[in-house]
Amino acid sequence: MNRLSCDVLVIGSGPAGLAAAYEARRHGAARVTVIERNDDLGGILPQCIHNGFGLRVFKSDLTGPEYASRWIERARNVGVEFLPKTMVLEIDDGPSAVAVGDRMGLLRVDARALVLAMGCRERPRGALAIPGTRPAGVYTAGTAQRLVNIEGYVPGSRLVILGSGDIGMIMARRLTIEGAQVAAMVEILPYISGLRRNLVQCVRDYDIPLQLCTTVTEILGSERVEAVITSKVDGNRHPLPGTHQEVRCDTLLLSVGLIPENELSRAAGVAIDPLTGGPYVDERYATNVPGVYAAGNVVQVYDLVDDATESALRAGRFAAELARRGPRDFARAIPVLPGSNVRHVVPQRLHPDSLTDGAVQLQLRVREPVEEAVEAQVKDGDDLLATRRLRYVRPSEMVTVELDPALAHAVERAEALRVDIVH
Amino acid sequence: MPELRQFICVVCPVGCIIDATVEDGQLLEAHGQACKRGIAYVHEELTCPRRMLTTTVRVIGGSLPLVPVRSSEALPKDLLLQVATRLREVVLEAPVTEHQMVIEDVFGTGVDIITSREMPCARETG
Repeated sequence: MNRLSCDVLVIGSGPAGLAAAYEARRHGAARVTVIERNDDLGGILPQCIHNGFGLRVFKSDLTGPEYASRWIERARNVGVEFLPKTMVLEIDDGPSAVAVGDRMGLLRVDARALVLAMGCRERPRGALAIPGTRPAGVYTAGTAQRLVNIEGYVPGSRLVILGSGDIGMIMARRLTIEGAQVAAMVEILPYISGLRRNLVQCVRDYDIPLQLCTTVTEILGSERVEAVITSKVDGNRHPLPGTHQEVRCDTLLLSVGLIPENELSRAAGVAIDPLTGGPYVDERYATNVPGVYAAGNVVQVYDLVDDATESALRAGRFAAELARRGPRDFARAIPVLPGSNVRHVVPQRLHPDSLTDGAVQLQLRVREPVEEAVEAQVKDGDDLLATRRLRYVRPSEMVTVELDPALAHAVERAEALRVDIVH
Repeated sequence: MPELRQFICVVCPVGCIIDATVEDGQLLEAHGQACKRGIAYVHEELTCPRRMLTTTVRVIGGSLPLVPVRSSEALPKDLLLQVATRLREVVLEAPVTEHQMVIEDVFGTGVDIITSREMPCARETG
C-alpha cells in the first residue's frame, strides 16, 4: 500500500473542503491534502449554475462554478495539494485514512488532523414510501440538475416536482428555460421549504403551478412514469379522501430534503446527533474522535454556501492549530440544548474557557415559522445570558446568536445552555 | 387611486416582504424592507423587472459537453426565454475560458452573455 503523510487531511473538495483546506494552510499547517472522489473539484458547485453564491464571502453575486473556481484558486495559491479521482474507504485512529485512487492505487494517508467535508445527499424515493409501480422517470432534483447542467440531457418533457426545496424550485425554472413543462409543484407543508426569493424568481416568474398542503400519493406507469396522483393533506399531513387528482407527466422530481453524508464518520466512531444528522461538534467543530473535525453540510445542512464556507474556515483553522500544537486542555465542556421552537443547535457542546479566545456563534433552526418579531434567548437555567431580536423565524432560514467573550464568566458557571425562541 | 401591493425582494437571500403603496405605476411608500436595495427593487419591478439569466451552451471537444453561461447583469424579464432559446443554437469550441464572451449586447440590451467556467479540451484517451 502507498503511504502519504500530511498535517491536515480534508475529505471532499466542495465549498467546505476548499475553505477548510485554505484556512488550515493560512494557519500554519505545513502540508494540507484534499482527497476528492470526483475528477472535477468543487463538489456540488459545478452543477449549481445559477447565481446567488458568495454575496457575503466575496460581496458579489456569483454562480456556483465561479464560486468554486475562486476557492480552488485561493487554495492552490496557498499550496493546498489535491488528490482527485480518489475515494476514502475508511477513517482510522491517528487520524489516518485508507483511500483508493486512479494514480496511486490503494493508499494510506496519516494526518495530524482530519476534516470531514463530504457534504450531504438528497433524500431518495425510498425514504418517502410513495405507493405505485417502479417506472423510469423518478429522479431527485439534484440528479436532474446534474443531467441538465453537466451532461446535457433534459430528463423529461412534462414534470411534476414533489417538495419545494431550493433545488426543486431552481430546477422548475431551469427545466422551463430548457423548454420542458412543469405541470405542478406540490408541497406537503403549508409553506415552501426553500428561500422566498426562489418562490419569486423561480416559481412565480415562470408561472409554475404551486400547490401547498398537497402531496403525491401514487405514481402511475409501467415502463415510464405516465401520471402521478396528488392529494390535499390535513393538518397531520394525512391525505384527505376525495381530494385526489391525476396529473399527467413523464417525470417526477423529488426535492424533499438533504441529509448530511456521514457513512465514513459513523464507521470511524464519530457520534452523530440525530437532530442534525451530523456529528456532535464543539465550538471548534471538533467531533468526539480525537483529531477529527467536521465542516459544512456534514455538520448540518446549511441554506447558503456562504454559511457552509464560514463554518469550514473555522474548522480548518482549529484543525491546523491541533496539527501544530497538539490537543488543548479545556477545563470542561457543557451541553448546548435546543429549547422552545428550536429543532437543533450547533455546536452541541461548548468549552466555556474557549470563549476568552473570541466570540462563539450558535447556529439554530426553528421547528415552526413565526411571521412576527420574536427573540432568541440563550439561558443557563432561568438566567438569561444572550438574546437576539428577530423580525421573523422560518425553518428554511438558519438563525445565529453570538456569545460574546464578555460572557465567559457566566458561561463558566453554567451546567448547560439552552436556546429558546420566545414570542 | 393608490393601491397596496406586496413584493418579495429577490436581491439577497433574506427575501424581505415589502408592502408598497403604488399609484399610476409610481411607488409612493414602502414598508418592510431591511435595506434601501428593497426600494430600488420595487421601483424596478414597477418599471422594468429584470433578472439574471443562467443556462448552458454546447461545447465541441471539451472535457464536458456543456459550459455554463450567465448574463453579465440582469436582463429585462420578458426577454429571458428568448435569450435562452437563442443560446440553444450557440456552439463553442474547446478550450473555453472563464468569462469568455458568448453573445455581446444580446438583443440590443447592453447586456452580454459570458461563460461562467473554463472548459479545457477533452483529454486524449489511449
